[in-house]
Parts: sequence; structure tokens; C-alpha cells
Amino acid sequence: MSAKFRPSDEVDFLVIGAGAAGGVMAKELSTAGFRVVVLEQGPYLTEKDYRHDEVRYTYQAGLTNDTKLQPITYRKNESEVAKPIKAIMYGRQVGGGSVHFTANYWRFHESDFEERSQFGDVAGAALADWPIKYSDLEPYYTKAEYDLGISGLGGANPFEGPRSKPYPLPPMPVKSSGVLFERATKKLGLHPYPAPMAILSQPYQGRAGCVHCGFCEYFGCEVRAKSSTLVSVIPIAEKTGRCEIRANSYVRKIETDARGRATGAIYFDANKREIFQRAKAVVICANGAETARLLLMSKSKRSPEGLANSSGLVGKHLMWDTGTLAMGLFEHPLNEYKSIQVTRVIHDYYRADPKRGFYGGAGIDARFNYYPANFALTGMPPDAPKWGAEYKKMLGTYFTHTMTLLAHTSSLPQPGNSISLDPDLKDAWGLPAMRVTFDFHPDDVATMKWALTKQIEILEAAGAQKSWAAGMSVEDNMPSTHLMGTCRMGNDPKLSVVDRYNRAHDVPNLVIADGSSLVTAARQQPTATIQALAYRAADYAIQSAKKGEFKA
Amino acid sequence: MESTRRRWLSQCVGIAALAEVAAAQQHAHEAVQSATPPTFQTLDPATALEIDAIVSQIVPSTDGPGAHEAGVIYFIDRALATFDASLREAYHAGMGRVQQKRKEMFPASASVAALSSEQQIQLIHAIEHTEFFELLRTHTMYGFLGNPSYGGNRNHIGWKLIGFDDRMAFQPPFGYYDGPGGDQ
Repeated sequence: MSAKFRPSDEVDFLVIGAGAAGGVMAKELSTAGFRVVVLEQGPYLTEKDYRHDEVRYTYQAGLTNDTKLQPITYRKNESEVAKPIKAIMYGRQVGGGSVHFTANYWRFHESDFEERSQFGDVAGAALADWPIKYSDLEPYYTKAEYDLGISGLGGANPFEGPRSKPYPLPPMPVKSSGVLFERATKKLGLHPYPAPMAILSQPYQGRAGCVHCGFCEYFGCEVRAKSSTLVSVIPIAEKTGRCEIRANSYVRKIETDARGRATGAIYFDANKREIFQRAKAVVICANGAETARLLLMSKSKRSPEGLANSSGLVGKHLMWDTGTLAMGLFEHPLNEYKSIQVTRVIHDYYRADPKRGFYGGAGIDARFNYYPANFALTGMPPDAPKWGAEYKKMLGTYFTHTMTLLAHTSSLPQPGNSISLDPDLKDAWGLPAMRVTFDFHPDDVATMKWALTKQIEILEAAGAQKSWAAGMSVEDNMPSTHLMGTCRMGNDPKLSVVDRYNRAHDVPNLVIADGSSLVTAARQQPTATIQALAYRAADYAIQSAKKGEFKA
Repeated sequence: MESTRRRWLSQCVGIAALAEVAAAQQHAHEAVQSATPPTFQTLDPATALEIDAIVSQIVPSTDGPGAHEAGVIYFIDRALATFDASLREAYHAGMGRVQQKRKEMFPASASVAALSSEQQIQLIHAIEHTEFFELLRTHTMYGFLGNPSYGGNRNHIGWKLIGFDDRMAFQPPFGYYDGPGGDQ
């Protein structure tokens, strides 16, 4: 079954990170006949390890990075000294963030790839067109949807680009939040549609359909109905007998030879022993934050500022997980804690419109991503008491009668927002801690304020007895989970880190395929695009390898 | 009833996956068994009584059982013994300041637990904007509404209060509005 390689074996591909993108790479490269080692810093957990346990998964680090072991520092801008805080969150196990994500699976729109041309320049930002178009990625979105198992209704979102195929599975059953949202948005002349979800509405490829237990976001699926790479493509990769997933393997450096070609990577194993794995080509899928950090740590005489960084742009243009939350209380029980988090979405406000006076847009979903304790702590209206008899009484109604609307908003790429190496703080392995520098663009803030008014309008149209603004990323912006932009894709090596095929401009046998190559952040929910890009990058890497371009 | 559910499950997820669902249900079931330690692991009994008096005002036992009956104090003790061991000092210092405040406000009192309920409420109002109270509130709600395997939420007291049903599977309709008659 699963292959076993020695570090001295020069495998065809060394993939770093076994998450949303790395899992796809593992499957594509190994089924194409190549020998692949995948290094994953987190453990290899399966559905048998997962529990309905809010203490472990929402209070503790759960399935994400633990800042006790890997501290992160944050500052707003370069003039501040960064302080330790969990500014960045990512899935840290085999399957990565695709294990614990909400499973929203939105394609980017056609306009997302050419916003600079369509909207124009934005002061203070580095808004750019992508070097590829939606039509270049469309076949790979479709491939991802069929390979992984996505439920949805093709054509139901009138704002989406053309699709070559419908979804492989019908949409998930609508929840009360979805019914109320659909009713209200139709009344307002908007276009609600069934949420495309990486969750199986029916059995698919030997996996069970969703049983609606409700524990999706933050949790690992106990019946394998959530279409993580852990349960979809990684088992296929292992079955080839040519792919080894090596968990608890934390890479500290990509090695290069005198000509600047990647030769493999040095990592710490579970016992903190340093091991060098040789490979003909290296593929980094370590996420939009860790990929940049790893490249910056991979300094050499040839690349004193970090690998693949002749542009100086590795780590720059970090885009944030932005959004606003509004909540409503309704007369009858919704019991939103049951089943998946999201069942209805609108993209009417998605596209940036110069008439608004600022760049930005929003995709709004009706959802409930609370569990009992975090609802009691953060889900109640701001004017409610925080303890005592009245608080207790309100909890008895609010938990079952509340729904939320989340507006996923735009985050402009700005040169000053970055991932860099902290000059002082080290992690438990002695490596430089990740330092995050981030501040919002004024247009991002304007977009959030505007989106919130739309959300309240929808809740009122839905007949909420009470509605309230529950939060905006501006005040409470951490941790960011969608990690994008830090190795942007482009045709010009001076203005980008990877080319249109996700190959590093500077290193011919280095592929970088994860959220870091995204040029713009769309309206969040980047997983579908990250995975489509991974399928596309794999396709080109396979062609390059077959042509012998990765031979030393 | 059980056979109906099994039949529904088998239709829903396919026979092959049934064993998987059954296994998941079994471990979900094991995880919610209350396992209360007979003694405290980190708290001394006197401090435990004082903390219990405060958390019993966060979720009081008015109109039904509250944080005290749910065993929140056992959850806090377990947390401080395990995943929140780093917060023991915060508790020590925080309770020290609470006692100081109590002496200021009620010089004749001997302990928080010995105050009247009205006095306890006054005391909490005086500390409710402190970091330590936010920590207590966080621990209280995780203890009251978290998985019972951590010592709190005994007999699912917290879950019953808010209307949460911890099951491995549900089927539509989930709420009123997606049910018959709800869509209008």
C-alpha cells in the first residue's frame, strides 16, 4: 500500500504540506506514475480520532497550529514591535485545513481574475490582474469538484462564470436559516442559491453521506462525509504504492545546489532529528503563511534574502480573512446547531462597483457556526447581560432561536502586509517565529461597514424579532484563517514569485501551490481556488517532469 | 425505534458506511459519559468553595440547576490540572484580588461563600470587567456546556437548559422554518 522511501532515495517529487493543496498534489503526481514523499508537520489523524468535543476543538488548539509550540508575533506596521498572539490559524495535520473547514466551496468569479483592469487602481494597494483567467482554471474547478465530492446546484448562482459540468452531488437539505434567508433575499430582489459544500449529500466513492450531526467547522468529520483531502484524494495517492505521507515532519529548509536548483529539504522528524530528503523537484503546499516563512528560512549564499525571492516579494501582499457577522433572533426554534453550517448564499453584492466610492464586495451566507459554549460566550447580543439569572434565562431561548449572516468581504493586497521572520522569538524547534504585519486598507473597512448594513436589512426582511451586529474583522481580526497572497503569481519575475503555472520564477524545479499564489482574495472562501490551482499546477509539473525538465 | 433509525441510517449513508457510523456513535457515546474525579487535583477545598460561589452566580440555580449542580468547579480543577495548567497562577492572583475586594466591600465577611446572594452579586459587579472574571466566565461556560467527560455539564444540565441535543445523526426538518408549514 503506502510507499516507504529512504531519505537518500532521490524521489521524483517532495511535497511539503499535506493539506488542501498538498493532498491534491500527492494524488495527481503519484497516479501519474511518479514517486512522491509528502512531509506534513502535523500528525496523521483519522476519523476515529475525532470527537464531538468543544473543549478540545474550539477552546484548545484542536486541529490547528498551537502557538505554545509555534509562537506567532503580530504588529500593525513596521514601526511597531511585534507581540506574541495567535494571529494566524491553519490546519495542522494530514488533510490540513480541509479537515476542519466549514466546507464552503465557492469558485472565484470571472471578474476576480481581472479586477485591476475592470475596477482600476486603488491607492495604497497593489491590486493586479492574474496572469490566468477563469477559463484557464474552469476545467480544474470541475476536476476538483468531482475528485473531492462537492454538493451543490450548478447554474443556481447567476453571478458565477460558465461551468462545464454540474456538481457531482445534489445540494444539502436546506436548514431553517436557509429558508428564512431565501425568503428575505427574494423579497429584496436578490438571488439566493444553495450553498456549494465540500460535504457529501449522498454516498460518493465509497464514503458515507452526511448524517447532519452539526460538528463541521473546527471539527474533523467522524463519518468521512466532509470532503477533506484526508478522506478523498490522499487514500488514492497511498494506494498507488508510490506515495509516502510522512507525518510529524517539520521542514526547516529547502536545499539548493550550486546552480540554484532545489535538491530536497531538511526536516525535523517526530524526535526532532534532522533528516535530509532528496528529490528531483520540490512542491511547497505549506499554506499562505508557512510557505513564505519556509522560503525566507531557506537562505543560501545564492539567495541571502530567502529562496525564490529575487523579487523581494516573498511574504508580501498577505491578504486577510475579513468579514462581518450579524445575528437575528426569531420567533420559532431554528435548531441551527443541527446539520452543516451553511445552506444558502447570495453573491449579489460580490462584484466591486466604483459607484460605491470604494473597492470591495461581499458574498453573504446564512449560517450558524456556534457550539454550546462558544455561543454562550460570544453569540449573545451586546446588550445582553454576561452572567446571572437573566443571562441564564436568555440562553434557554437564544441558542435555538438564533441564526447568523456572515459577509465574506474583500481584502486588498498591500505591500506593507506581510509574513516575515521574527528577529527575536524562536519556536520549540529553535526556528524563527512567524511575524505577521497587517493593517486594513481603508476600502476593506468601508466594505465591511457597508456589508453590515446589507446583513441587517436581510435579517429584518426575514422577520427577525431582534437583529444585531455581532462583529467585524476590524475590531476582532484574529486569528486569520484564509492565508493568501504571499508568493503572488505573475508573468513578470520582478513583480511576482511564481509564474502562471505556479513554478517559482527563480528556481526551475520548485513549484509553489497553495493560498500564497493567489493574486487577489476574491470574497474569501479560497479553498476551491487553491485546490483548482493545485490540480492545474500538478498538470504542468507532470508535463515538465515527463519532458525531463526536472533532471539535474 | 432504534431499528427505524438504523434503517434510515443505512438508506442514508449506504450499507458499507453503517459500521463507520456505528463506531462513531459508540465513541461519541463514550465521550459524553460523566467522569467526575472524587477529589480535586489542583484546587484546595477552601479555594474551590470560593470559586464555586462565584461561578454559581454566573449561572445561578434559579429556575433549575445551574453551574453548581453541573459541577463546573470540577471542570475548572481538571482544566488547571491539564490543558490550562499555565493558568494556575492567574487563578491564584485573581482570587487574591477578589478576596481583597470582598474585604473592602464587606469588612465583616469571612469568605465569598459566606456572603448573601445579593452581596455576591454586588461583588461580581465590582470585578466583572477584569481579565480574571473573563477567564472565570470562559471556564464556567465551557464547564457548563462543554463535553461532560471533563467533569462539568453533569447529567447534561447545561445542554438541557439551552436545548442542545448531542446526537450523532439528525434528519430534516431541523427546525420550525424548514419543516411543514414553516416556509411561508
